[in-house]
Amino acid sequence: MADSIDVLSTLKLVYTIYALIAISLIGWFYTRITKSPQKEGGIKPPLFYAYIAVLVVVGTGLHFLTYNVVPWVPIDLNRANLESHKIYKITFKDHQIIPDERPMVVECGKKVVFEAVSEDLTYGFGIFRKNHTMVTQMQVVPGSKNDLMWEFHKNGTYYIRSTEYSGPKGTKMIVEDAIVVTGCSENDIHTDHKGVGK
Amino acid sequence: MSFVQKLLDGHEGGLKHESLTPMQKVALRFVVIGLLYYGLASLEGMIMRLYEIKPIPLIDETHFFSIMTVHPMVGIFGSSYMIVFGAFLFLVPYLMNKPIFSVKLANISWISIALGTFIMWLAGFLFSYAPLYTLYWPLPADTKQFSAIGGVVYIVGVVGIMIGTFLYTYNIFKTILYTPKGWEKQPAGALLRSALGLEGLLNFFRREKKEHLVPLPIAAISRGTIDMGLNAVVISSAGVLILIYLLGTLFGAELKDTWVDALLYKNIFWWGLDLIADGLVLIFVAGTWYLLAMLITGTKELFMQNIARAALFVEMVVSWTVWSHHLMSDQGQSNTLKVLSGEVVTAFELVTQGIAVFITLYTLYKARPLKMTNELKFLLGGILGFMLAVPAGIIQADLGMNRVLHNTQWIIGNHVHVAILVGLTMTLYSAIYVLFPILTNGAKLYSQKLANWHFWLHLIGGIGMGAFMGMAGIDGMLRRAIYTNGEYSTYMILAGICGMMIFVAFLLFLYNIVMSVGVKGLVGIYQPSKIDTNECLVTEKG
Repeated sequence: MADSIDVLSTLKLVYTIYALIAISLIGWFYTRITKSPQKEGGIKPPLFYAYIAVLVVVGTGLHFLTYNVVPWVPIDLNRANLESHKIYKITFKDHQIIPDERPMVVECGKKVVFEAVSEDLTYGFGIFRKNHTMVTQMQVVPGSKNDLMWEFHKNGTYYIRSTEYSGPKGTKMIVEDAIVVTGCSENDIHTDHKGVGK
Repeated sequence: MSFVQKLLDGHEGGLKHESLTPMQKVALRFVVIGLLYYGLASLEGMIMRLYEIKPIPLIDETHFFSIMTVHPMVGIFGSSYMIVFGAFLFLVPYLMNKPIFSVKLANISWISIALGTFIMWLAGFLFSYAPLYTLYWPLPADTKQFSAIGGVVYIVGVVGIMIGTFLYTYNIFKTILYTPKGWEKQPAGALLRSALGLEGLLNFFRREKKEHLVPLPIAAISRGTIDMGLNAVVISSAGVLILIYLLGTLFGAELKDTWVDALLYKNIFWWGLDLIADGLVLIFVAGTWYLLAMLITGTKELFMQNIARAALFVEMVVSWTVWSHHLMSDQGQSNTLKVLSGEVVTAFELVTQGIAVFITLYTLYKARPLKMTNELKFLLGGILGFMLAVPAGIIQADLGMNRVLHNTQWIIGNHVHVAILVGLTMTLYSAIYVLFPILTNGAKLYSQKLANWHFWLHLIGGIGMGAFMGMAGIDGMLRRAIYTNGEYSTYMILAGICGMMIFVAFLLFLYNIVMSVGVKGLVGIYQPSKIDTNECLVTEKG
C-alpha cells in the first residue's frame, strides 16, 4: 500500500517533468515571438474551449485520482463512520506535547485515531520518520476536535513534532520515539525499528 | 561626465521632475517607496535564507520569527501594494481618459501605507513581536510570549496600511464613476456594471453584444479592488479584536481568549486573506497581462475578449469561496467545506489563470514579430511564474496531498515564492518598464546590459529558490521551524545561492534606475508639482 514517501516521490517526479515542460514552452515562445510568421492562420475558438475543458478535467480530476489512489483520503473523509481499533490521546499545552502513552504502540494495519487537545494555542501534530520525511499531520486547534484516523503498514519508530507555529518555543516541540508500529511484514526503511519485531 | 555627476543628474539629463504632473509624481512616489520596501523584504529574505543554512549567532530565535512576521507584510503591503496602487491610480484615469478623482487622497494613501508599513516593521525590529502574518488565535494576544506594547505598535501599523488601502479603493471607484467638472453626466450605474464585469458576463449569453464602457484592464482593476476593500475590512476587524485583548492586558483587565472560537476566527481570517492571495493577485495579474499584451502589441482587441471578462467575474466568485483550502488539515472543519471550497473551487483557479495565460500568449503570438523588449521578457517571466505556481497550489489543495504538504517548505517555496517573486514581481517589473517612459516624460534607461542581468538573475534565482525549498518540503522540512543539525543543508545552501541571485538582481535594477533618473530627479519626485491639473499627462488635454 502506498505511503507518504511513495506519494511524495511521485509528486517530485511529475511536478519536475511538468516544470521542465512549462519552462521549455516559454523558452520556445521567447525565441519564436521575435520571428515573422511562416504562414497565416490561427487558433479557432473550439480549440480554445477544448483547452478550457482540459483545465477543468485536470483541476478536478486530480482529486478523483487521489481519492482512489492515496489510501488516507477515503479514511479521512469517512472517519466518522469507521470504527477505530484504539484511540491515542495527546495533550498540547505550554509548548509541550504530552501523549497519554509513551511510546504509543500501534498494531500494523489497524485503524487508530490520534486525538489531540490544545489547552492554549494553535499547534500541529505531525508524525515523522528518522530521515525527517513526514508520515502525516493535522492542526491542533484549541476548542476544536482534532482527530486523525490512520493506518500504518510498515514497522517503524516515529517521532512527533508540532507542525504549526505557536511562537518561537514551538520549534522545539518534539517527542522522540513517540510511536512504534509493530506486526507488519515490511519495515519502514526510512526510520529505525527500536523494539519492533516482525 | 563624471560618475558623481551622472549619479546626481541621471542618464542623458535624467528625470526632469519640474515637467511632471501631480498624477505622474504620485504614481512615482508609490513605485519608489514600493521598490525600497521590496529591497527591505529581499534583505529580510536573505537573512532568513542564511539562518536556515546555519543559525546566525547575532539573531536569536524570537527575532528570527519576528523577521518572518514582518517579511511578508513588508513584501505584500509595503512593496506589491504600493507598486500596484501607484500603477493603477495612474492607469485608471489614463485609460479612461479622464482626470483622477482626487490627487490629495492618492497622496494620503501612499503616506499612510508607507508609514503604516514602517510602524508595523518596527514592532518586529524593536519589540520582536512575532505571531506571524497568520495571526492564529490566540497567539497574537499571547502576552506571555510577546510584549503587549509590541502588539499594539504592530496593529497601529496595520491600521495605517488599511486606511491607505480604503482610500485607494474609494479613489479608484470614484474615478471610474464620477463626472469631472464641465463633463456630460456620466452613467454611473452602467459604468459600475461594466467595471464589475456583469455586462461581460451577460454579453456571453446575449445575441447582440453590448459595448463595454470600460476597457478590460479597468474591469480587472475594479474587481480586484473590491476584494482589496473586503480584505481590508477583515484584517481591520482582526486588528481591532487583537487590540482589545492587548489593551485589556495593558490596563489590567482579564479577557479570556476562549471567548473567541479559534476555528471560526481562522475561517474568517483566511476568508479575508484569500481575497488577496487567491483573489486580487490573480485578477490584478490577469488584468495587467491583458493591458501589457495590448500595449506591447499595439492591438485594441484581445483574443476571446468576452471570455476574458467572464473569467475575471468567475475569479471574483472563486476568490470569495476558496478559503477552505487553508484548513484542509483542520479536522474540525467540515468535510463538505474541505471538498467543495477547498478542492473544487480552488481547481477553478487553474481554469481562470489558464485562460489568462492562453489569451495573453496568443495575443502576443498573433502580433509576431515583436521586439524582445524589457517589458516583453519580464511579462513572459511573470506568465511562467504563474504557470509553475498555480498548479503547485492546486496540488496542495488536495485532501491527499495536503496531509503531507501542509506547512512544509513546498507551500512557501514552489507555490508562494514562485507566484510572488517570479509571477507577480516579474509582471510588476514589466509594468514598470512600460510605464517608465510615460511616467518620466521619456527618461532614458541607463544600461540595457544591467536590465538583461536583472532579468536572468531574477528569473533563475526565483525559480531555483522555489524549487529547492519545494524539494526540502517534499522531504519533510517545515516552513515555520528552525533546523539546527544541518538536516536540509544541501537544499538550503542551494536555495540561499538562488536567493542571493534575486537580491543581486534587485541591486542591479535599483542602480540602473537611480543612474537613469538621477538622485536629483528622485528627490524631485517628492517635491510638489508646479503643474495644477488632475489630468495624467499635460499633453493629453492641455
